[in-house]
Amino acid sequence: MDARPIAPPAEPSGAGRIGRRSFLKVSALAGGGLLIGLHVAPRTAHGQPQPEADRLAPNAFVRIASDGTVTITAKNPEVGQSIKVALPMLIAEELDADWKDVRIEQADLDEAKYGDQFAGGSVAIPNHWLPMRQVGAAARAMLIAAAAQEWKVPAAECSTSAGRVHHAASKRTLAYGALATKAATLPVPDPGTLKLKDPKEYRIIGRPLPGPDNLGLVTGKPLFGIDVSLPGMLHAVYETCPVYGGKVASANLDEVRSMPGVRQAFVLEGGTDLAGLLPGVAIVADSHWAARQAREKLQVTWDEGPTASQSSEGFARRAEELWKQPPARTLRSDGNVEEALKQAAKTAEASYSYPFLAHASAEPMNCTARVAEGKAEIWCATQTPGSGRELVAKTLGIPEENVTVHLTRIGSCFGRRLNNDYMVEAAAIAHRAGSPVQLLWTREDDIRHDFYRPGGFHSLKGGVDASGKIVAWRDHFVSFGEGERFARGASMSERDFPARFVPHYALVSSVMPLGVPTGALRAPGDNAVCFVVQSFIDELAHAAGKDPLKVRLAMLDAEVVPAPAGNNPLARFNPKRMRGVYEAVAARSGWGSRTLPKGTALGLGGHFCHYGYCAVVAEVKVDANNAVRVNKVWTATDVGRPIVNPSGAVQQVQGSVVDGLSHLMGFEITFERGRAVQSNLHEYTPLRISETPAVIEAHFVETDNPPTGLGEPILPPVLPAVTNAIFAATGKRIRSLPLAKLGYSWGARA
Amino acid sequence: MPIKLIVNGRPTTVDAPADMPLLWVVRDLLNLKGTKYGCGMSVCGMCTLHVDGEATRSCVTPVGSVAGKKITTIEGLSADGSHPVQKAWMDLDVAQCGYCQAGQIMSAAALLAKTPKPGDAQIDAAMDGNLCRCGTYLRIREAIRKAAAAGKA
Repeated sequence: MDARPIAPPAEPSGAGRIGRRSFLKVSALAGGGLLIGLHVAPRTAHGQPQPEADRLAPNAFVRIASDGTVTITAKNPEVGQSIKVALPMLIAEELDADWKDVRIEQADLDEAKYGDQFAGGSVAIPNHWLPMRQVGAAARAMLIAAAAQEWKVPAAECSTSAGRVHHAASKRTLAYGALATKAATLPVPDPGTLKLKDPKEYRIIGRPLPGPDNLGLVTGKPLFGIDVSLPGMLHAVYETCPVYGGKVASANLDEVRSMPGVRQAFVLEGGTDLAGLLPGVAIVADSHWAARQAREKLQVTWDEGPTASQSSEGFARRAEELWKQPPARTLRSDGNVEEALKQAAKTAEASYSYPFLAHASAEPMNCTARVAEGKAEIWCATQTPGSGRELVAKTLGIPEENVTVHLTRIGSCFGRRLNNDYMVEAAAIAHRAGSPVQLLWTREDDIRHDFYRPGGFHSLKGGVDASGKIVAWRDHFVSFGEGERFARGASMSERDFPARFVPHYALVSSVMPLGVPTGALRAPGDNAVCFVVQSFIDELAHAAGKDPLKVRLAMLDAEVVPAPAGNNPLARFNPKRMRGVYEAVAARSGWGSRTLPKGTALGLGGHFCHYGYCAVVAEVKVDANNAVRVNKVWTATDVGRPIVNPSGAVQQVQGSVVDGLSHLMGFEITFERGRAVQSNLHEYTPLRISETPAVIEAHFVETDNPPTGLGEPILPPVLPAVTNAIFAATGKRIRSLPLAKLGYSWGARA
Repeated sequence: MPIKLIVNGRPTTVDAPADMPLLWVVRDLLNLKGTKYGCGMSVCGMCTLHVDGEATRSCVTPVGSVAGKKITTIEGLSADGSHPVQKAWMDLDVAQCGYCQAGQIMSAAALLAKTPKPGDAQIDAAMDGNLCRCGTYLRIREAIRKAAAAGKA
């Protein structure tokens, strides 16, 4: 279980990417002050580095004005992961700024200036840990140099604290603001020569600092994509075929055009790429409400295409058939599973499945676009603005440099906004309409036109020896795709746990074709496979009459094949770190040492993904009516150290637990006749406050490793922790999700 | 048709069809963008505002049905964030993405106006119609308790 691809496929990435390709540069600010940037060698759209000398532009991460105000640019999209405060904290720490002097500004899209700008894969902290601190340290060194010149003393005799340079021997001190203009004339130090702070000296990193938009959020300021308003802006809705990629055969456009407030109604031809501009009917009106009312009258005859016969029931039937046939591929085979099963003291067989999921972002998809004279200007809540710009340019047939993208705050997304289908729709509609347009999807559009987390099917066999050690494991994984290719987000790999930790191990697969768009959802792949793997380990432990925790620890101690070496050591699964989080969560939850009332039990799950190690224990009560109450959840997480912003870190942990509980109970998208059945949040039900555990403990095991991200690694083990607790409480093994479909519901608070 | 409202204390006339939801009136006609669209069917609570002091889902409230009434949106709770609920939300850094939080705050403010010291069951009952996809519920509970302790909510 080395880390899966850590970024969306369209956005290649790697830890330290910015660090390897960057250097620092300084400019003077007009009107006085210092401007320092991390200059990044630009990449092409395909992620290939360009020659160093090509297209280097001034790049501002830090501006220090003469009045002492320190303005720090937040480069990445903010989706609720608190990156808008976390990255500036890294700069401010090494700059030794006074946090109260710091202002944070959101950058627009300019990857030549800022390096990659995207949200995804939990990579922002590991990728920026070094380079953002270097930006701050370089500015500090220059301010010290300026003060040393001013005072004619050696720079080595100067120190800084909270936005001032000091010379202790002569008891002189100068504020950064007074030094900024002079500092801007000095050479930028080589990042390699900068001395970074000892973590013991941190005054900003490690503090629970609030998000910079909090005042705006609680007073209703227009921060999100949906809040953009331009002069002369019209409002659009866009209807696409309920069967993905279907074409418009005919539509009653004249009737729609006669509706009140409607300015235009037209068909866009679109293409066949499910992630691009799809065929559909646009209605452009004076208000969103008028456009939506007109859409009620819209009647489209669709050419639904070849996937209109697909259904969830058909997928499940096909999985049963494929399990009976030899697998199409062998992803990994170690030892001899069949022989080991014969020798095992205890064996188990089971089949597991999980459904398709929608992301159900809080903010429905939307984008505002102005297209005129061969140029496009876009305001958009997107995780991948660079890919969006590329798609818009390609679709409109204009150069990428003619597309400007402004990044707005994002009303959550969990991977949905890695795709820019709604961005290209807005651009194409604005282009055709000839006026600025805000496209807003309805919630029904959002649920029915997602890039879904794919469902999957696993047929498992396993064996345990007399000592309780898992010795055999075979998983026939039935998924979606064609030939050797898995559909997006529908893959497993030869590295997935428990590979390398079971001596006789086989992972085989078969796929079926899919007409539904799929994609990444928070901890893609891991969020589903972890439920299966951690549940089946639990089954084997119970079959052998052993403690599920001890069985897991024994597996980790018995690594049979060493981890493959890779470029990035953080991506290499370290069983000692995994052991550390299991031991911590066991100690904190009283695993094995608490007496609980009948019908209440603890369950355990653990996982490694996105560089992070997390173990979860859930205390769950199940009553006679299958009402499930999660009383308390303990988490132990190792994402190295330090925890940059404990406030945001705890939020990610607690949010991931809540999200995992939503996955468990209320989330399922089914398909009939090639289209999604569910339409809105009454049928696709996120967890509510009354259903939330009273306590979700976020414990961090701070090992001596560089800090990594928290957006994803907590979620996967939440699901099996709860379902394993349900088994422990009731003897009923949960082998398919969601729980609601099995007759469970959330129970009332005790 | 012209419809009279009192929006954040100010008498206002809007020209809108009577069946137009109040949500779109405040967002698109009055340019008050703090009130959010989430579902359009009163299941997510993101559009919550106050009509005569009652927490109301504006996405299913025809503007014609609230003619002459007092509408308070998040912008009208206080413009400077000085309302105890807003302050508690900032002090505890409740928001993750923040999209649902205007609705959460409006529900919480309506709760505390009637029930200054709510218990957990009362908090759950008042807040259960407000979804948060980021899962900030534990901090929401804490912030409501904090605002209640600050009194005067």
